[in-house]
Amino acid sequence: MGFLDSLLGRSKPVQPKLDDLFGLPSAAITLQAATGFTPTGSGSVCFRAVEGATFGDVQSEVRELLDFDGGLPVEVTRDSYGFTWLVSSHMSDEVEALVTDLHAVNSTLVDHGFGPQLLCTVVGFRDAEDRRLALVYLYKRGTFYPFAPRSGPGGGKHERDNALEIQAKGAIGGELRFEQDVTKWMALWGAPGL
Amino acid sequence: MARTRYAPDRGLTTRMTLTMFLLGLVFVAFIALIIGIMSAAHVSAAAIIVIAVIFGGGSAFISLFYSDKIALRAAGAVEVSPQEAPELHGIVDRLCALADMEKPRLAIAPTTMMNAFATGRNSKHSVLCVTEGLLRLEPAELEGVLAHELSHVAHKDVQVMTYASLLAIVAGLLVRFAFYSELFGGGDRRDSNNQNAFPIILAIMVVSAVVYAISFLLIRVLSRYRELAADRSGALLTGQPSALASALRKVSGDMSRIPTEDLRAAEPLNALAFAPALNLRDPRASLAKLFSTHPSLERRLEELEKIQAQLGQVSPGPRAL
Repeated sequence: MGFLDSLLGRSKPVQPKLDDLFGLPSAAITLQAATGFTPTGSGSVCFRAVEGATFGDVQSEVRELLDFDGGLPVEVTRDSYGFTWLVSSHMSDEVEALVTDLHAVNSTLVDHGFGPQLLCTVVGFRDAEDRRLALVYLYKRGTFYPFAPRSGPGGGKHERDNALEIQAKGAIGGELRFEQDVTKWMALWGAPGL
Repeated sequence: MARTRYAPDRGLTTRMTLTMFLLGLVFVAFIALIIGIMSAAHVSAAAIIVIAVIFGGGSAFISLFYSDKIALRAAGAVEVSPQEAPELHGIVDRLCALADMEKPRLAIAPTTMMNAFATGRNSKHSVLCVTEGLLRLEPAELEGVLAHELSHVAHKDVQVMTYASLLAIVAGLLVRFAFYSELFGGGDRRDSNNQNAFPIILAIMVVSAVVYAISFLLIRVLSRYRELAADRSGALLTGQPSALASALRKVSGDMSRIPTEDLRAAEPLNALAFAPALNLRDPRASLAKLFSTHPSLERRLEELEKIQAQLGQVSPGPRAL
């Protein structure tokens, strides 16, 4: 935010960066080769819904658009923070179709002037031992970061597998723009599509 | 330019600019008058002025530099880690990711009163403090209040208000210094220099008192505008102006019900708070409005309704730009 904007107390809502998302399909292949993690085929877009009928209309437009292309129907959930998640599910080898779906959500929201409401996109991965890993795309920064919730009885409730996250960053950090500031690696417990 | 539902409020920007311009004007006039008085009398009251500027500037700088520590101590607040307050950190994490801003440290003050404030000299050193009472709000309302406070951080309000107050602080000190020097310095020495000094010190006192009064009122006007600006940015960030409005109603109701004994303890933090600790049933309420750091509840709700309409436009056309 510029000097004048803070002086006048007007923070401009931040527009999302969308383009880097398209690097995901090839990064998914690299990740699989390096670590054995394969895409689950589902991914989700998380945004903060705006109150009122207009946003509701836009949201149903998005759903119709995604349901129309013949894949599995999209799922809409709201988390405890009041954010909305649109989950799109594909076969595990259809990462490109998934990214196209996710991008359709982004561009519809942006076209209707709701771009600043976009928070992140999550694409899920799993390995043979059923460990979970998500690649999270932060719209406002245009960067990716890994999120690996530890699952199973030994893991406790809310624990992250930091070693796995760093391993994932090492594998595809050169291919995707990774978030360098680890304080922005926000935890997304219970994110749908993970 | 892309279509936008997030057009800045021109009127608010204009009024804020005008207020700051007037403050600057008062500042320039003040300096000019003081220099004029001094040079007309060929007397160096310079010592007093230099001391006032050093003291005033110094205390302003120190209070700005340590604003986070001072405010936390005054509120008896304790910083909380993500492990201690996962919900609160979760909300702030998401808001900061939406706004692409640095996350401030978070603190909780152990009081049942509902309020929140944000302070710190810059975004790296800022801290956002909520009271335990505030955590009783609905999640969406709490989010609204936190977005309002984050907007204060993004707008650098602590810095802006400190610089704006600098003039009033210096003018206030000058009145006091001039008064004391007259009181203690004037009595025993009856040389020619002193004959001269009396009217000068009196003139400086009068000018400073006037400047103090005007800048005090202007600062309060500025503070009210910045509250409206933070309301606006906060509501646009979450996209939920009515959740913020509902939080405002609850917090204001809570604040005006607080017992009078607590009022004095709560008042010093007002300039930074979400809602002022002000007894609205007080008969002096209309005068208090003029001196208040925060706009009235009605005014804030009215502005939030406008934002609601703005966000709900079916097709944001050129009118919004």
